[in-house]
Amino acid sequence: MSTRPIRLTINGHEYARQVEPRKLLTDFLRDDLRLTGTHVGCEQGVCGACSILFNGDVVRSCLLFAVQANGAEIKTVEGIAPNATELHPLQEKFWELHGLQCGFCTPGILLTAEALLKETPNPSEGEIREWLSGNLCRCTGYQNIVAAIQEAAKTMNGGK
Amino acid sequence: MPYIGSRVKRKEDVRLLRGIGKYVGDIHRPGMAHAAILRSTHAHARIVKIDVAAAVKLPGVVGVLTAADMSDLKTIPMRTGVIPGLERSQQTPIATTKVRYVGDPVAVVVAENRYIAEDALELIEVEYAPLGAVTDARASMQPGAPQLHDATPNNIAANFQVNVGDVDGAFRESDLIVEEEFSTQRHSAVPLENRGLVAEWDEGRGLLTMWGPTKMTHTNWRILSELIGLPQSSIHFIEPEVGGGFGARGEFYPEDFLIPFAARHFRRPICWIEDRSENLKAMNQSRQQKHRVKIGVKKDGTIMGMDAEILFDMGGYTRTHGGVPAIAASAMLRGPFRVKNYRCNVFCVLTNKTPVGTYRSPGRYEANFVRERLLDIIAHRLKLDPADVRRRNLIRHEEMPYDLGKHPFHYMVYDTGDLPGQFERALERFGYEDLKPTCAAAKLEGRAVGVGIGCFVETSGIGPWEYARVEIDNAGTVILYSGCNSVGQGIATALSQIVADELQVCIENVRVVHGDTAKVPYGNGSNASRSTVMAGSAAVGASRKVKDKLLRLASASLEIDAADLILRDGRVVVRGAPERSLSFADLARLALPGPALKSGISPGISEEDFFATDKRPFPYGVHVASVEVDKETGKIKILDYLVTEDVGRKINPMIIEGQMAGGLAQGIGGALLEEFVYDEDGQPLSTNFMDYLLPTAMEMPKAQFISTEDFPSPHNPLGVKGAGEGGITAAGAALANAVSNALGVEVKRLPLKPDYVLELVKEAEAAK
Repeated sequence: MSTRPIRLTINGHEYARQVEPRKLLTDFLRDDLRLTGTHVGCEQGVCGACSILFNGDVVRSCLLFAVQANGAEIKTVEGIAPNATELHPLQEKFWELHGLQCGFCTPGILLTAEALLKETPNPSEGEIREWLSGNLCRCTGYQNIVAAIQEAAKTMNGGK
Repeated sequence: MPYIGSRVKRKEDVRLLRGIGKYVGDIHRPGMAHAAILRSTHAHARIVKIDVAAAVKLPGVVGVLTAADMSDLKTIPMRTGVIPGLERSQQTPIATTKVRYVGDPVAVVVAENRYIAEDALELIEVEYAPLGAVTDARASMQPGAPQLHDATPNNIAANFQVNVGDVDGAFRESDLIVEEEFSTQRHSAVPLENRGLVAEWDEGRGLLTMWGPTKMTHTNWRILSELIGLPQSSIHFIEPEVGGGFGARGEFYPEDFLIPFAARHFRRPICWIEDRSENLKAMNQSRQQKHRVKIGVKKDGTIMGMDAEILFDMGGYTRTHGGVPAIAASAMLRGPFRVKNYRCNVFCVLTNKTPVGTYRSPGRYEANFVRERLLDIIAHRLKLDPADVRRRNLIRHEEMPYDLGKHPFHYMVYDTGDLPGQFERALERFGYEDLKPTCAAAKLEGRAVGVGIGCFVETSGIGPWEYARVEIDNAGTVILYSGCNSVGQGIATALSQIVADELQVCIENVRVVHGDTAKVPYGNGSNASRSTVMAGSAAVGASRKVKDKLLRLASASLEIDAADLILRDGRVVVRGAPERSLSFADLARLALPGPALKSGISPGISEEDFFATDKRPFPYGVHVASVEVDKETGKIKILDYLVTEDVGRKINPMIIEGQMAGGLAQGIGGALLEEFVYDEDGQPLSTNFMDYLLPTAMEMPKAQFISTEDFPSPHNPLGVKGAGEGGITAAGAALANAVSNALGVEVKRLPLKPDYVLELVKEAEAAK
């Protein structure tokens, strides 16, 4: 099958690759770039495990073709932490408050939460739950995820 | 401060939070090809012809396999839940002459990538001769129903009875006898990560390596060896990260044979990751049972006897769990109550649907729903408070250990606990008494608000044994090799806490290895809330042996009596003279073969232990729910929810509460949302997440979770009772009772989807 060139920025790095037009963005990230932190839970656009930030918006990478990402700026879970030793406040609070168990949904939820806190720095519990309603977690019952996001918001707002 | 009992942050989390944990789908091998499986589109049909010619010719296809390419196919054996008769309906890894559910594997395509493999699936032509499907368990038992397996007349895969006391006599002495039918719907674990395997065959060394088997690594290791005809020494299983288990993941499925077979056949590493619609047709389903129960009581609510019939819908084949959900339901239908006279007749029935296995709290979720509903119905008939009926019958502390009487397939002696005490504290905490007038006042305003109770006893810690080995490496690191597995529950952290306390080391210096058959020789895996109980106890035993060895080594080197040495901060220290000490790394050096053999000590610091028991700890507790039913839409809003559970002893309260919360979410899903629907031809209608609804953050209430350690179990050195299932087990019961209370009608089945709730609303209005 013929391929097309794409060029995009992921977690601050530029990539230029040839891809088949039918290749999903998820598969491109995972198989071509070996960025396997983005997980595939349903390939139906429902579970949210494959959520990434696409030009700043939360999108489901299983519902996009890689060619559609030409020129885009993408952030995946591998790009959340500031460096190899420190964690982002969201990651810190998920760890501290047991906001994850199997960890499969976690990358998509972290990115969704990051976008939420950018838009709404002090979200209420209800706002958090509504934002998360597009991300399925089968392990935690969400309670600790909601708490972790609330606590991370406090940290990011300087403890206010 | 000891680690046991502390809210220790999990050792697993940092790699998962960074997205660098390796799940099976993240594993990449040089030259790896990808498999896709062609599945039956018929629920019941004879295979007339399979034509793979066009698929094989497609560029990028490595090859296609059908049953014709596999000689001497054996059926997949049961690993547990063996009831005589079930073996007649076991599944071959690929359909040979017949298919018995939509999703039954028919062919395996291997191609350069998954896209091509899926293209090739569409080029395979299968001619089926439909045989007529049966999807209802009761209909399936009737004469004239389509027969799934020649060897199982009337589709009854197995039948057994439980007989305790004198039920007929008990009914003669009863003031009221109630007989009702209840049913629970087909739903299941549905972990967020789909199933997957990577298999690689090393032709030169004759070695098959598999990434992906989990939960029961060593059991599956043995089963694969027997089915594929390779000795276990030629097979190496490696457990990667696991995206949730809940009973269904990690059993030996048809693909656990097909993928390694294909890897060996085509001499290529092969990756198979199912997609979600495949998962919702092929992974074990569960929970579908019909109960007909007759219960006799005195006027004051005292239970005299119970007589039950259970139909357990097995789907198309017997899988590895055998009849566990039916066994557990028949064993635990009495729950925490004194039922001296009990009879149960259980039928395991085949239908043309996806085969079943266990799902978190198998059989108990169903049985708790049935029994707790019955108790409320009795309360309504006798005009008693539902809480008082329970008070009358709860097994008391002084009756422990409590023997429920013989069950042919289940251990039946409750170990310890104060069930009435737990019950009263739960009701008090929830404000049960205050809620009754609140509900009544809301009803006067035309609102439907209600409260419901669900009491439970869970089973946990299933034996018969577990393995552990503890070693000290050159850097002084303590390594625990455990026979359990991870399914995402945090077991490596809990075990590290136990070992760190035993050997007085920092938890960062403990590493837990599990799920690798080259490093761990034996194991019984993680299931039935057993890991902390069994693997934790084995870890204690192995740690204590290592402690002895460390003390002996230090004693010889320091020339001090071992009784004067203690472990502290990763060192062996002379009591009262802390400047005289040896680090674990020093001692590991002294234990190297060179010095050790010279001084007459067996080399190495590596000690094994098995923890063995046939007894089981029984955690117990209470669910209480309050709900409001929207009479216009049939939607149920959970206003408040409490789960309490006595777990004997808490290793990590944070992880236990996480288990309770996650369990409750699944229990709410099972009570209100989740259902595998089939049409009458056996076509599955819930094959995506738009049709199979998992609870989201919006459906989950902010609930209270109280775990207690009032009564440590006498059956293991830690005193623990397994905590994986208390959060889910009585959720269907409590919610159904709350909805019944809100509407003033009797819920008889799950799930409480809006269409059923609106039926109940109509029934309530008609009764006015």
